[in-house]
Amino acid sequence: MSKQKNTIELDSAVVKFVGDSGDGMQLTGTLFADTCAYDGNDLTTFPDYPAEIRPPANTIAGVSGFQVYFGSKKILSFGEKLDVLVCLNPASLKANLKWTKKDTVIIVDSDEFNEQTLEKCGYSTNPLTDESLKGRKIIQVPVTTLIKNKIAELNLNVDNKTALRSRNMLVLGLTLRLFNKKTNYVENYLSEKFASKQIIADVNKIILNLGYEYYNQLPETQKFSFFVPPAKLEKGKYKNVNGNTATAWGLLAAAERAHLNLFLGSYPITPATEILVELAKHKSLGARVFQAEDEIAGICSAIGASFAGALAATTTSGPGLSLKSEAMGLAVMTELPLVIVNVQRGGPSTGLPTKSEQADLLQALWGRNGEAPMIVMAADSPADCFYSAFWAAKLSVEHMTPCVLLTDGSLGNGSELFKIPDVNTMPEIKPPFAKPNTDYKPYARNPETLARYWAIPGTEGLRHRIGGLEKENITGIVTTDPDNHELMVKLRAEKVQRIANYIPEQDVFGEPEGDLLVVSWGGTKGVIRESVIEMQKEGRKVSHAHFKYIMPLPKNTEQIFSKFKKIIVCELNNGQFVVYLRAVLPQFKYYQANKIQSLPFFMDELKEKYYKLLEE
Amino acid sequence: MSPIINSIERSNVELTKEDFVSGLPVKWCPGCGAHAILTAVENVFPKIGYKKENFVIVSGIGCSSRFPYYVNTYGFHGIHGRANAIATGVKVANPKLSVWIATGDGDSMAIGGNHFIHIIRRNVDVNILLFNNMIYGLTKGQYSPTTPMGAITKTSPYGTIEHPFNTGELVLGAQGTFFARVPDNNVKLMTEVMFEAAKHDGTSVIEILQNCIIFNDKVHAHVTSKEAKDENQLILKNGEPMIFGAKKNKGIRLKGTRLEVVTIGENGITEDDILVHDQYQQDPGIHLMLAKMAPPHFPVAMGVIRSAMYPTYDDLVEMQIEQAKKTSKIRTVNDLLNSGEVFEVK
Repeated sequence: MSKQKNTIELDSAVVKFVGDSGDGMQLTGTLFADTCAYDGNDLTTFPDYPAEIRPPANTIAGVSGFQVYFGSKKILSFGEKLDVLVCLNPASLKANLKWTKKDTVIIVDSDEFNEQTLEKCGYSTNPLTDESLKGRKIIQVPVTTLIKNKIAELNLNVDNKTALRSRNMLVLGLTLRLFNKKTNYVENYLSEKFASKQIIADVNKIILNLGYEYYNQLPETQKFSFFVPPAKLEKGKYKNVNGNTATAWGLLAAAERAHLNLFLGSYPITPATEILVELAKHKSLGARVFQAEDEIAGICSAIGASFAGALAATTTSGPGLSLKSEAMGLAVMTELPLVIVNVQRGGPSTGLPTKSEQADLLQALWGRNGEAPMIVMAADSPADCFYSAFWAAKLSVEHMTPCVLLTDGSLGNGSELFKIPDVNTMPEIKPPFAKPNTDYKPYARNPETLARYWAIPGTEGLRHRIGGLEKENITGIVTTDPDNHELMVKLRAEKVQRIANYIPEQDVFGEPEGDLLVVSWGGTKGVIRESVIEMQKEGRKVSHAHFKYIMPLPKNTEQIFSKFKKIIVCELNNGQFVVYLRAVLPQFKYYQANKIQSLPFFMDELKEKYYKLLEE
Repeated sequence: MSPIINSIERSNVELTKEDFVSGLPVKWCPGCGAHAILTAVENVFPKIGYKKENFVIVSGIGCSSRFPYYVNTYGFHGIHGRANAIATGVKVANPKLSVWIATGDGDSMAIGGNHFIHIIRRNVDVNILLFNNMIYGLTKGQYSPTTPMGAITKTSPYGTIEHPFNTGELVLGAQGTFFARVPDNNVKLMTEVMFEAAKHDGTSVIEILQNCIIFNDKVHAHVTSKEAKDENQLILKNGEPMIFGAKKNKGIRLKGTRLEVVTIGENGITEDDILVHDQYQQDPGIHLMLAKMAPPHFPVAMGVIRSAMYPTYDDLVEMQIEQAKKTSKIRTVNDLLNSGEVFEVK
């Protein structure tokens, strides 16, 4: 749409739709995001919903939101302060005011601001009429009244209760108008979704357009709008995908490139369940998905499947990873490929199930009995979960070792545009199968990778026994020989270390030397990258090294670190990667930026840390 | 023994016991009941007739679980309690394998109880050899979930105060489709029962009343000893009346809703009054009563108590996959990635 008078052009905007659980905010946000994608904006989305399914109406606990960050520039994070906040009740406003800035446009359903709803969320006076929001751009929309009047006016054959379920469509229509976007994408969606219920499709469309047109009734002072031009995205096809779905697809792609069947053994746990749910759909791709009776059965079935020749995976979140620890050691000992996906959440114990944290790193690295090294990787964006899952599987299979892939709740639930690759051009995965009818020794190794060979049950001439007891090098005979144990411990460690020869070198964003190197890993990449970009724009010699491969570290890590005067390690935990770095590369001094609020980093707090360090 | 018909590839050469001997020194105590179980397995595997590479033995932890090392098959020695979960993965990933599980009363009914009931409930097509010596042997003599109430063990110096599981009752309660019981000193019966288990599609549980000569010696003697066995064992045969006793004159009769022991020739009882065993009956009612029989009022039921036909988990998995492959438009991961909402930038 062309620019109009009173239209403000923005290079990006953050919009959040908030309402009661059950108000349809997730759908509203998704449809807004899809419209942005359709218009060519780059984007990320982030849902913010309570752990309960239907908490009491109109309470803070029941607030469910969906945030869309879109722009003409590359969108790296999930966005911070809101440009537009859409609230369907007072609780939504109260819970989200902290994310607003002084010029945030706040759209509210003014019909929902009554004595009862205000009291439910602890407002003693109405924020729309008292002075508390003075100076904010509040657009009051009597959503219920508008809908009721319209239904009466058109004499539609639908009761008010049904029509009022579409309150979300009204605010969506208005928000689309506010950003000079069209309604046709959403209308097409409604036609398809309610193909068999024409009247519902019609009512939704009427209410959507009612909101869209309501813009014209706004007072002249509120008739401003925004325009976010399309991004310069690379040619190709894109999908808006969340990290959990991308993880599932990455595993499927790996199975295809390895010519193996995928086996997933998993137990539902927030926020990892969706990977299991997604893979359960794809039987046509041969995925054998086993919903186990518990976390332990999830991983143990996967180990059995791996022994039997499948590409095996198990998916979980923190508490589940704890339960899997012993079996992870079994996978180390039997030297079988296995991908363990841990979608991290706030801990310890049950912790904050729906909130994100990066506090399982040390557990992934060292949380097992005995010397039990394995690959540890971390995905860094929702779309990257696809590639990280693929590489986790590739390295695990080709090097005959389990691999932990760390993602987190924000990556798992958050989405971004994913450029659809051609799977046929992705690297092939070559399982180190033992040849039939050879003199097979279970612990004979490839001299370069140190990977043992995979002898699949059913193959002629390769019968053998493996298990959790220490085995004699090469032959695999059970033994407690002291020298052999030391040798085997070192071999298993060396095998994992040698993977550094097969992963990409660590890259540095910015100059290869300077005053400050910002180090991070996992799901914080976007916002930290944005903070470093700003520092660079402000003329500072700050660079960014974001790690995907943690165990082993890329070979050039030491060399990178040596080129900076100071190093700061930023993590959403009490300092875990930094503990690891201090152990592995103790010659450097590491400063820390840690946040343990189950919230993402914010740019300002990061920059403040950087400046303080630069000035010290 | 009639041939087994299923999709597991058969050997095209005659196999013998020697094909399954691993040659490793067997480290169970002399006189341990496990030796007989090993003999029975070595006897029955060649008879089953599958290619020798198609057998997999999975185990957990405990004396029983050293089993895979002693048989020349593909073997996996797992961790404590998890053999049933590991074996589920093996079978689902590759249903063309004949999967056997060696486990004990502690391994499957204490630490691994959850996996045990769920593999049974799902009816995964595996064969579970449950070595029940009613004690923890490898940790040197603590009570197990099947140790009789009141027994003195290292951890129950004043006698146990726990009600033991009856293995058969647990298996049937978990909707088991196959349950058999054998004493460790009857290798012939054990071999026959193992063959029946191999024939059964679904989870077959064979409870082996195993003697632990060191920590629980003679715990089963009142049932399994030479002197006791005739009076205290009822060896079930499908289609035959449930008759036992040294004189073959005792039988099991259904009176009202309960079983009772009767003597043929006394009080007008004839062989026609004796229950005829139907192992294939879907209703587990009689099977449950048989499984629970115990001295002093009843003999212990041996042989195949239940063998009911139900679909297996692994077959259903394969059927769903085949069906999806036939009907779905998504045949490759590229198809998947390009399905649904796709935005094109030109």
